[in-house]
Amino acid sequence: MTASTAETLLSVEDLKCQFDVSKPFLNRVLEREPKRWLKAVDGVSFSIKKGETFALVGESGCGKSTVARLVVGLYDPTDGHIYFDGKDVHNIKSNAEIQTLRRRFQMIFQDPFASLNPRWRVDRIVAEPIKVFGLMSDEKKIKERVAELLTQVGLSPADGSKWPHEFSGGQRQRICIARALANNPEFLVCDEPTSALDVSVQAQILNLMKDLQDTLGLTYLFISHDLAVVRHMANRVGVMYLGRIVEIADSKTLFEEPKHPYTRMLLATIPDITMSGKEKVIMKGEVPNPITPPPGCTFHPRCPLANERCKREAPALIAVSGGQSVSCHAIEEGRTA
Amino acid sequence: MSNMQSTTKTPSLLARALDSDIFYSFTRSPITVISAIVAFVMITAALCAPLISPQNPFDPSTLNLMEGFTAPMTPNEFTGNSFWLGTDAQGRDLFSAILYGSRVSLMVGFAAVGFAAILGITLGLLSGYLGGWVDSAVMRVADVQLSFPAILIALLIFGVFKGVVPVQVQDKMAIYVLIIAIGLSDWVQYARTVRSSTMAEKNKEYVQAARLIGVPAPMILLRHILPNVMGPVLVIATIGLALAIILEATLSFLGVGVPPTQPSLGTLIRVGQDFMFSGEWWIILFPSIALLLLALSVNLLGDWLRDALNPRLR
Amino acid sequence: MTNDTQTPLLSVRNLRIEFPTRRGVLVAIDDVSFDISKGEVLGVVGESGAGKSLTGAAIIGLLEPPGRIADGQILLQGEPIHNLPHAQMRKIRGRKIAMIFQDPLTSLNPLFTVGQQIIETILTHKDISEKQARQRAIDLLTEVGIPGPEQRVDHYPHQFSGGMRQRVVIALALCADPELIIADEPTTALDVSVQAQIIALLKKLCKEHQTAVMLVTHDMGVIAEVADRVAVMYAGRLAEIGPVKELVQNPQHPYTKGLMGSIPVLGADIKRLVQIDGSMPRLTSIPKGCAFNPRCKQVFDRCREERPNLIATGKTHAACWLYDNQDKNQDNQGNDQDSQDKREQTA
Repeated sequence: MTASTAETLLSVEDLKCQFDVSKPFLNRVLEREPKRWLKAVDGVSFSIKKGETFALVGESGCGKSTVARLVVGLYDPTDGHIYFDGKDVHNIKSNAEIQTLRRRFQMIFQDPFASLNPRWRVDRIVAEPIKVFGLMSDEKKIKERVAELLTQVGLSPADGSKWPHEFSGGQRQRICIARALANNPEFLVCDEPTSALDVSVQAQILNLMKDLQDTLGLTYLFISHDLAVVRHMANRVGVMYLGRIVEIADSKTLFEEPKHPYTRMLLATIPDITMSGKEKVIMKGEVPNPITPPPGCTFHPRCPLANERCKREAPALIAVSGGQSVSCHAIEEGRTA
Repeated sequence: MSNMQSTTKTPSLLARALDSDIFYSFTRSPITVISAIVAFVMITAALCAPLISPQNPFDPSTLNLMEGFTAPMTPNEFTGNSFWLGTDAQGRDLFSAILYGSRVSLMVGFAAVGFAAILGITLGLLSGYLGGWVDSAVMRVADVQLSFPAILIALLIFGVFKGVVPVQVQDKMAIYVLIIAIGLSDWVQYARTVRSSTMAEKNKEYVQAARLIGVPAPMILLRHILPNVMGPVLVIATIGLALAIILEATLSFLGVGVPPTQPSLGTLIRVGQDFMFSGEWWIILFPSIALLLLALSVNLLGDWLRDALNPRLR
Repeated sequence: MTNDTQTPLLSVRNLRIEFPTRRGVLVAIDDVSFDISKGEVLGVVGESGAGKSLTGAAIIGLLEPPGRIADGQILLQGEPIHNLPHAQMRKIRGRKIAMIFQDPLTSLNPLFTVGQQIIETILTHKDISEKQARQRAIDLLTEVGIPGPEQRVDHYPHQFSGGMRQRVVIALALCADPELIIADEPTTALDVSVQAQIIALLKKLCKEHQTAVMLVTHDMGVIAEVADRVAVMYAGRLAEIGPVKELVQNPQHPYTKGLMGSIPVLGADIKRLVQIDGSMPRLTSIPKGCAFNPRCKQVFDRCREERPNLIATGKTHAACWLYDNQDKNQDNQGNDQDSQDKREQTA
């Protein structure tokens, strides 16, 4: 894995983000309802070292995509701080400085069919970041750079003159990666980059992303719901449940010695493709509505270890051993099975 | 389906257009082809009116009062001249009058649609993208406007115009006021459609990718979102053209439209109705048919366009 | 392939589905044959566009025009059902063959309670009183694991969560005791933890009711959990078919091998995933010979010319010339070596 001496590139402290999901003003007044807030992210902290891949994993509605969008600045946090290379991202006021910062990160999205403007040709799409950041002005040089980028992601320079609809899902995701690489970023946020793709294409994209990380020294924040993909890609993993990180650990530790009951159940529910015939434990219940989360530890209604304390008090993320932190009263009190 | 051709070289624009699904669905619908031909012929004829028409109907020196009320295709009893569609009270050739009239009608129609579209698209883009109070304000104005009939709004604007502008310049400016009046009564449709498409587009990931790298909002609206919301606008504009032509005719028929010195189809119909029951039926019939054909063919084209651009109906 | 002593429950013979378009006829399913016996779960896997859902739709008679069955037969208990008029097909649908769709919302009517929908379906297929039907509906809801079925039977679909809704859909599919259920991506829209619940439920119910299932999915993991046999589809054709354990642990067709290798596995440290270069051909440009030949690493001349039929390869059948008698011995060894390598890596 990565050297632990490497410096931190991104660190997120107690990040919170809530969305207003109230009914329109008039309805609220007439129906005497208060404003309703959806706490999509509720106090998330983690840090990512240079050159490593940090993954956030969780079921739908756990807030992992919101974290990705907060990190790149598509959403504004309600509370908390994001430090990129030591600088508090939301403390920067001057436009020029923001652009300098923006040039250093990029994002790859989930849906390769929605992430390319259907009315733009591929070369224009890939060249957009180059032009926006003013990295080159000479049209000929931009053209060369676009060709180089397309080659780098496994397409041919001639593909630049085509329209996005002429490509398959996997090829489009390659175009998205080429666009993301256009401004030479150090940090890539990947929001479920392969969940819309078929497995064989997923393998191509994951391999490409690993190769690019090796050659360009990229740092990834990798968002996914697929534990096997996360296992394959990440150095460190954070498991999210209803807007909070319940466990954070090195990939190897997390998958071999999961501590939090949720992580353990999540791992147990994955279909066993090797057909080793081991007995399955099936998690009961479903993820609750995030607008009205359960009190205390939000996982307690589904947790086999839950007691009265879990229903009252939300647990804090506590380090258990080298690099592994868990937020669970049962672990803290040592009443694990 | 249009993504089927996976040829390596990009074919020319014309070849691509002829190969497109839109063109295919066009050739498969005989009504659409006929409408297109009718609309094309009428628009071309109106544009080339000075070249085709036998006389300039609004140059008094070319008119001969003796030739008034000549029936279609029959020689005039005094001069022996024969007119395809007959003449009106002043001996004006109706065919020429219709050509010049549709010219005015079309000019007002296109200009009004252009005005309404620009206004509606701008407001729709802004309210869809910005949301919040901008959105609320624009949409409330739209709601209020929709609760008045379009013709009332146009009449109101005309009333204000007549009261404010001095009489000498009224005739000159009438046509521009007409354009603004029709345009103002029709922008809501564009704004609503563009607003809802914009709200859908702005959440798509290509827009987020642009926001991420700091593309300014006006650029995102203009370069990313606008091209992707133009499909439905095209449909509304086509159907709106027919509506604008009819609204213009209605206003002119009511006498608040273009002055009699540059009559449109509506003015011709208004003049013609005086003779409807006195035997000179052609004076009202032919301009009416011209108006009907023009509006119907444009409308049918719009209907087809709506279906062709709707992926669910394909 | 067929069991000679008895007719299989469902038998698809040389199925060919065409879509006439203005640029010519597209062959979406080309010469596909397989059987499902009573109580068996056949998994059908493939990437999007491989034709797996289309095959399911053709069996249940819900092929959307202009798609049409151009050739071949679909036999249910020996009787052809591919050419039945609509009215007769409707009777078979629900009574003998039921369907579970990916999105539970689209298969439930939002305007009726789930009870009304289940009761209506029971009454169209069974000659019992409404009261009995209601009791049966409650029993079914209990069986699919919905808590408080007596109250829940009068709830509307939107009052159920995603996983619960899919349970209702399964109850709806089971209510006429069909012989065969076609499940089209039944767990794709669900979260992993709920997916496991639904898979377990489906497996249990089919065992108890002796219902055969055609499980259409892109997820090899789901197949490995539930299916008895697997059919792998590629570009509208069958690439390989065989018992699930054999096919998952020892795939023979180069495509299946690539597919299995490209799936990241939890218990393994793999540096690079096996990668099949390129992508599945579009229906407009299916290559001559074996449809997989441009992406195949073991391709030879014959693959580019002749289309292979399913050839027995030990426990599975693969549509691949590597297993044709002449050069079988030599190449087979090479393949075994390959899969051996892969397993060593994953172990």
